[in-house]
Amino acid sequence: MFIRLSAAIAALSLLGSAALAQGAKPTDPQIAHIAYTAGVLDINAAKQAITKASNKDVKAFAQDMVRDHEAVNKQALDLVKKLKVTPEDNDTSKTLSKQAADKLAELNKLKGAEYDKAYVANEVAYHKAVNGALETQLIPSASNAELKSLLQTGLKIFQGHQQHAEQVAAKLK
Amino acid sequence: MRSGRCLPFLAVLLGATVLPAHAATIQITIDNLVFAPAEVTAKVGDTIEWINKDVFAHTATARNGDFDVTTPPKKTVTSVLKKAGSVEYYCRYHPNMKAVLTIAP
Repeated sequence: MFIRLSAAIAALSLLGSAALAQGAKPTDPQIAHIAYTAGVLDINAAKQAITKASNKDVKAFAQDMVRDHEAVNKQALDLVKKLKVTPEDNDTSKTLSKQAADKLAELNKLKGAEYDKAYVANEVAYHKAVNGALETQLIPSASNAELKSLLQTGLKIFQGHQQHAEQVAAKLK
Repeated sequence: MRSGRCLPFLAVLLGATVLPAHAATIQITIDNLVFAPAEVTAKVGDTIEWINKDVFAHTATARNGDFDVTTPPKKTVTSVLKKAGSVEYYCRYHPNMKAVLTIAP
């Protein structure tokens, strides 16, 4: 959990350093890409959990993640289409994807209750990191009002997920 | 004369409407992850219309277990209040969504 948390924070803080290096904040196309990628990565983790998890609360949580993150990402796609913005790949998105792939492989080796605990702990950490990035980086940097508003809705949804994950984690102990 | 003749009818009308204590229908909207109004007063037998304007599924789940309503995205679901009490409820999917329903007997 702590490894994943620090990794995610490191990835998300890259945004800050990259922005500093360029002397500019992330652009809306980059922000859209990061937010969308973060959603896709959580969907991938959830799909693995739906097949691997043994606890029914964990499985139900994973199904909630797929449903909500797909709904948010659909809104994001509709919005970028409407705004005629093409999401732009960037170092933060790349690092997030790489780390998520590593985590998925690591979780794949676990089984039963051990897997359930590790998945949920990672969900708590992942949502915490994404929420932190949304609050301190992505939302303040977004210039389009509709994009900002969608990110704010996303933040509320993901804060809900974090609390939900914390509740599921507490029940597993 | 006229008003005098109307009185019995009025009494019947009033009796018909007031005595069986018609149950009310109360709307609670879920919009952008917020229950509104956040505090609602109702009576046992009243119907709640849960109007979910979000593209996300939500639930209205009583902490004391008295009710658990699932509201699919962009759908309205109704439920009838069966038990009195001041009930805190939340969304199971997004526990940061909270509100209170006070149900009189």
